[in-house]
Amino acid sequence: MDDIRALSAQLAQDPQSLVFLRLGEALRRKGQLEAALRVAMNGLERHPHLADAHDLYARILTDKHDYERAFDEWDMAVRIAPHHTGALKGLAFLYFKVGDIEQAEAHLAAAKRVEPDDPSIEQAIAMMRKGASPPEPSAAAADSSTAASPTAASSTAQAPQGSGLDEARVLAGLEGANEGLLLIDGAGRVLGGALKDRAGTDVTDTVAAYLAGVSQEAARTAKLLGLGAWTGLSAEGQQGNVHLAHPTSGALLLVVRERGMPLGRLAILAQRATLMARRWLEQQ
Amino acid sequence: MSQALDMITRVRGVRGAMLVSAEDGIVVAEQLMEGIKGPAVAALAASLAGRLRRAMDAAGTGAAAFWHLQAEQGALLVVPGAGILVVAVAEPDVNIGLVRLELLRAVEAGL
Repeated sequence: MDDIRALSAQLAQDPQSLVFLRLGEALRRKGQLEAALRVAMNGLERHPHLADAHDLYARILTDKHDYERAFDEWDMAVRIAPHHTGALKGLAFLYFKVGDIEQAEAHLAAAKRVEPDDPSIEQAIAMMRKGASPPEPSAAAADSSTAASPTAASSTAQAPQGSGLDEARVLAGLEGANEGLLLIDGAGRVLGGALKDRAGTDVTDTVAAYLAGVSQEAARTAKLLGLGAWTGLSAEGQQGNVHLAHPTSGALLLVVRERGMPLGRLAILAQRATLMARRWLEQQ
Repeated sequence: MSQALDMITRVRGVRGAMLVSAEDGIVVAEQLMEGIKGPAVAALAASLAGRLRRAMDAAGTGAAAFWHLQAEQGALLVVPGAGILVVAVAEPDVNIGLVRLELLRAVEAGL
């Protein structure tokens, strides 16, 4: 607990530091998953291109049995840093859980190529071949990487341009085009943002018109099912993925991204965009 | 059809599954826990699917291959097939990836 206090104090002193990785992991190990999740989310907001941050978030999600989002996070970590062994082991674990042994073995083999002397990888391969689940990705990889490892450093440098959202870009998107963001009211009137299709044609009004009423229908569906309020709607398309959220009861925010962005990652981006859209709406 | 629904409802956390006509929102087959209003949910799911398909087509992302309505206490997951929607109602802690896999399998198997 003292560790957690000390790490919390360090983070409070320097919110930009990477100490959130150690704090998040310490909280996760103590089973304080909600607190760990908040720390990881805050860290990701500040360091969206840091593979270790996605890895930490994925481990917490795995502890919460949210395997789909964990998969998305590890997938993102590997996209940022292809040799991130923690993420490779994590993906292997999840593939094993859904019965895809071939993919699980391929990911463990990839991890072994990066760290041939890591006995835990060999052990996981052996366990898996015996039919037992490989151990859940532990913090070992994270511990070695949290101290601003070369992986962490390089992952930041390798971050793809434009895969994250910061406030300025979201606001720019709400006022302009080409950001894949569209904010509409319940009647389908455009409040902010713009959309272009793949050919560069402005499709803002057409899409807005089709989305009119979606918020009410989503709310009615969730209510009929006794599921409480709806919080989001994600969809995978053949050429792109979308996420819908409602920043306020009368507004609908559409976030469109390329097909390669996993739905879990898109949902995180949409959450941030929703907060920003809410602020933007309040300022209008 | 019932075999396809069986496979979906076997996933832990799934409260029910339905096959719904995409065009008119009529229930074709269902395996739902008591208390779930199948016909009403089917109609709304089909309507949502239609709006989403048109919006996504217009936005250039192509038609939805899978969509997922998240709510505070659960989720509705949908995979559109040829003229039909395969729908699952799930609890909040369900393994979404597994349900998605079963929904896609159901569509690929032609139900």
